[in-house]
Amino acid sequence: MNVLEIRELSVDYQSGSGAVHAVSDVSLDLRRGEILGLAGESGSGKSTLANAVARLLRPPAAITSGSVVYHRRDGEPVDVLGLGRGELRAFRWKELAVVFQSAMNALNPVSTIGDQIDDVLRIHAPRMSRKERVERTVELLRRVGIGADRRRGYPHELSGGMRQRAAIAIALALNPEIIIMDEPTTALDVVVQREILHEIRTLREEYGFAVVFITHDLSLLMEISDRIAIMYAGRVVETGSAKALHKAPSHPYTLGLLRSFPRLHGPREELLGIPGTPPDLRSPPPGCAFHPRCRFAMDACSLRRPELVPGAEGQVACLLNDDKGVRQ
Amino acid sequence: MKIKIGVGILVFFALMALVGPLLIGADPAATSDDGLQGPSAAHWLGTTQTGQDILTQIVYGARISMGVGLLSAVIATVLAVAVGLVGGYFGGAIDETFSVLTNIFLVLPSLPLIIVLAGYLPQRGVASVAVVIAVTGWAWGARVLRAQTLSVRRRDFVAAARAGGEGPLRIIFFEILPVLLPVIATSFLATVVGAILAEAGLSFLGLADLSTVSWGSMLYFAQNGQALLIGAWWWFIPPGLCIALIGTGLALVNFGIDEIANPRLRTIKVRKARA
Amino acid sequence: MRFLARRLGFYLLTAWAAVTLNFLIPRLMPGDPVELLVARMRDNVDPAAIDAMRRAFGISDASLWQQYLDYLGNLAHGELGRSITFFPTEVSTVIADSLPWTVGLVGVATLISYLVGTSLGVLMAWKRGTWLDGVLPAATFMHAVPYFWVALALVFVFGVTLQWFPVSRAYGLEVVPGFTGEFAASVLYHATLPAVTIVVASMADRILGMRNVMVTTLGEDYVVMAEAKGLTSRRVMWAYAARNAILPNITSFALSLGFVVGGSVLTEIVFSYPGIGSMLLKGVENEDFPLMQGIFLVISLAVLVANFLADLAYVVLDPRTRQEAQ
Repeated sequence: MNVLEIRELSVDYQSGSGAVHAVSDVSLDLRRGEILGLAGESGSGKSTLANAVARLLRPPAAITSGSVVYHRRDGEPVDVLGLGRGELRAFRWKELAVVFQSAMNALNPVSTIGDQIDDVLRIHAPRMSRKERVERTVELLRRVGIGADRRRGYPHELSGGMRQRAAIAIALALNPEIIIMDEPTTALDVVVQREILHEIRTLREEYGFAVVFITHDLSLLMEISDRIAIMYAGRVVETGSAKALHKAPSHPYTLGLLRSFPRLHGPREELLGIPGTPPDLRSPPPGCAFHPRCRFAMDACSLRRPELVPGAEGQVACLLNDDKGVRQ
Repeated sequence: MKIKIGVGILVFFALMALVGPLLIGADPAATSDDGLQGPSAAHWLGTTQTGQDILTQIVYGARISMGVGLLSAVIATVLAVAVGLVGGYFGGAIDETFSVLTNIFLVLPSLPLIIVLAGYLPQRGVASVAVVIAVTGWAWGARVLRAQTLSVRRRDFVAAARAGGEGPLRIIFFEILPVLLPVIATSFLATVVGAILAEAGLSFLGLADLSTVSWGSMLYFAQNGQALLIGAWWWFIPPGLCIALIGTGLALVNFGIDEIANPRLRTIKVRKARA
Repeated sequence: MRFLARRLGFYLLTAWAAVTLNFLIPRLMPGDPVELLVARMRDNVDPAAIDAMRRAFGISDASLWQQYLDYLGNLAHGELGRSITFFPTEVSTVIADSLPWTVGLVGVATLISYLVGTSLGVLMAWKRGTWLDGVLPAATFMHAVPYFWVALALVFVFGVTLQWFPVSRAYGLEVVPGFTGEFAASVLYHATLPAVTIVVASMADRILGMRNVMVTTLGEDYVVMAEAKGLTSRRVMWAYAARNAILPNITSFALSLGFVVGGSVLTEIVFSYPGIGSMLLKGVENEDFPLMQGIFLVISLAVLVANFLADLAYVVLDPRTRQEAQ
C-alpha cells in the first residue's frame, strides 16, 4: 500500500557554530497514488526533508540517521539511502520526479523545453528512437496544456504558468511513481494557481502517481491533499486526513496555521495566527519546540518533548493530547 | 586566512621598500669585480654582469616598482571614482557619455597604448610613466563603481539627503562614496597589480627610466646582458618572482575584502558583466 | 538583431576613438615629434624621410580640422605613411608582413588557453573540496606573473638548458618559406615556446573566472533539477552548469583580450618573433612614430574585431539575447 516509507530520518546542516538539526526523527508514509501535503513555515524542514528523500542534499547538509524505503510496483522494497550512483540515477525520474519551486529557475535558460524533456528520455529510455522521443515530448506537452510548437521555445519565452506546466511535463516524462512538488504554485497568481492544481489532480487520476505536495499555505493543501503532515522545527507535529485536520486540528500549531489569514500569493512574511517567529534550530527550545509561541503552553511543555502518538484521527505530538496532558 | 596571507606578503614588501634600503645601505648601481656570481654568502642573490648586488637591486627596485604602481593606481582610482560616481549618480546624457568613454578605454588594448604614449614622452621619469599608466588603467574601476553607484543611489538615505537639500556633489562624495569604500578599495588593489605589471613591461622594453633601478629594468638588463644564455638564473628569477608575489598578495587581500564586505558582490559582478 | 547592432555601433565608435586618439597623440604630447626626429637625424638628414614624416603626421600649417580630414582621408586609402626604420617601405607593408605571425601565434595560443582554462575552471568548481583546490593558489599566483617573465623562464629552461626548443625567430634559417611540410613543421617548432608562454600566462584568469561563476551556477535550481533528472554527472556539469556559467565568462574574456594582446607583444619581443609586437618595439626604439601609430591602430582594430566575435558567440549561446533582438 505504501509507496514510500520514511523512518526516523534526521538531517543536519554542519555549520561553524555547531550542527543545525533541520530534520529530526521524521517518520512518514506515502501511500500509492495519494497526494500527501507537507506544510509548515519556512525553515520548518519540509524542503530539506523532500531533498533528503530525493538524495539531493548538498553539503553542508547531510542525513545523519534513519531510512527511506521505496516499494516498487511489484512490491520489492528499495533502500533509497543505500542506492549506488548508477541505481540512484535510475531511481531519479523513473521512480521519483521533482517539480521545483520556481520553474523560471528550475528550467535551463539556454535550452529548449523540448530538449529538457528529450534528455530525460535519451538517458532513461535509450531504446526510443528520435521520432518516438519527439512524439512523446509533444504528447507530454499536450497533456499539460502546452502547444506542440512550444517544444522549440525557451523558458524565457513562456509565461510563469506555462513554465510550471512545462516543469510538470518534464516530471511526467517517465511516468514516475512519486512526484515531489516543492511549492509548485507559490510564484503564480491565484487564477493560474487554481488551473495548475486542477491539472495536477486530473493527471494524478490518469497516471496514478503519488504526490508529496509542499507548501506553507495550509488552506491550499486542504483543497488538494488526501492527507496532510504538519512540520515544525524539523519535526512532524501532526498528521491526518485533510478533512480531519480541517475540521478538528489537534495541535495548537495546526490551529494557528489554519487561523492565520491566508495570503493568496507570494511568500508569507509572518503568520498572523501565531505570535513570534520560528525557533533558531541551532538551539531549539527545550521540551516542545513550539511552546514559546503556544497559547496553550503548560509548565510541562518546556520540560518534556511530546512524542508523535496516534490521536483521534491520525497522529499528533502535543502534551495536550497526551494521556498525561489536559485536554482543553 | 586568505586575507592574512595576503596582508603578510604586502607587509613584507612594504617593509622591504621602506626600511630595506636603510638596512642594506649600499648603492644598487655600484659595480664590482665580482661579475655574474651565483648566490653566495657575500651576495645572497648573486651579482649581475657588472658585479652589482642583486639583493640590493631588488630592495631598491621595490621602491620604484611599488611606488610607480601605487602612484598610478591612486591617479587611476581618482579618475575612476570621478567618472563612475558622477556618471552613475546623474544618469542621463552625462552617464551615457561617461559610459561610452569608459567602455572605449576598457576595450582598447592598454599596453600598446602605453608603449605609444611612452614613445612620445621626451623624458620618461617615474612620474610621467605613472601618469601614462593611470590614463590607460582607470576604466575597469569606473565601470564597477558606476554599477554600484546605480544601486546605491536608489537607497533611502540618498533620497533623504536630497530631500534635505544637499547638493549633488556633496551627496556623491559624502553620502555615496563612503558606502562604496570597500568597492573602491578592491578596485584600487586590482589597479595596483595592473600598474605594477605595466611598469615592469615598460621598463623591460627599456621604455621607462633606466637610470633608476626597478624590477622591470633589472629584467631589461638581464635580458640584454644575456643572463639566459649565460645561465644566470639568479639574475632574472628574483625580480619576476617579486612582481608575481605582490600581485598574489594584492589578489588575496582583494578576495578577502570581497567576501567580508559584501558576500553577494561576486554574483552582482557576474550579473553586471552579463548586461 | 538589436543586440548585435548596438554592439557593432559601439565598436565603430571605439574604432573612431582609436583613430582620433592616434591623430591627437602626436599633437597633444609635449614636443614636436618631427622636430625631435630632425634633430636626432641631423648628421644624416634625408629630406625625403623628413618629408615623408611630415606627411605621415599630416602636420602642416593647415588648420587642425583640415589636418584631421586629410588624416582620415589617408587612412581610408589604407595610407599609414612610410616607416622610418624600414624607409622607404610603407607602414602598411611592414604591418602586412608581420601581422599574420601575430594573428597566428596569439590567436591559436589564446584559443588553447581559453579552452583549457575554461575546462579546468569547470572541473575545479565541480570537484570543489578535492585535490583540485590546490590549483587555486597556483592560479592566483600565475594571474599576476608578467608574460615576459614566463617567457624568460621558458627560454632558460627549455631553450638554453635543455635545448629542446628554439628561442628566437619564427622558423629555421635553413628552411625556405612556402607551402611545404618542412616549413610548417619549422613554424610550429618555433612557435611552441611563445605559444606556451601566452597559454600559461593568460590561463589563470580563465581558470579563476570560470571557477567563480561556475560555483555560483552550481547552486542554481536548474542544476539541482538536472541532477534530480538522473542525468549523468558529465551532462549535468557541461550541458547545464558550464553551458550557463560560460556566458558571463565570455564577456570577461572579451574584456581581457586587450591585456592578452599586450602580454603577447612582450612575449614576441623576448622570442624575437617577427610579429607586430616586435615591430612595435622597433618603432619605439627608432622613434619611428608612423610605424608605432600604425601598429597601435591595427592592434586596436584587431581587438575590436575579436570582441565582436565574442559577442557573436554570446548571441549563439544565449537564446535570451536573440529574443531581445525581435
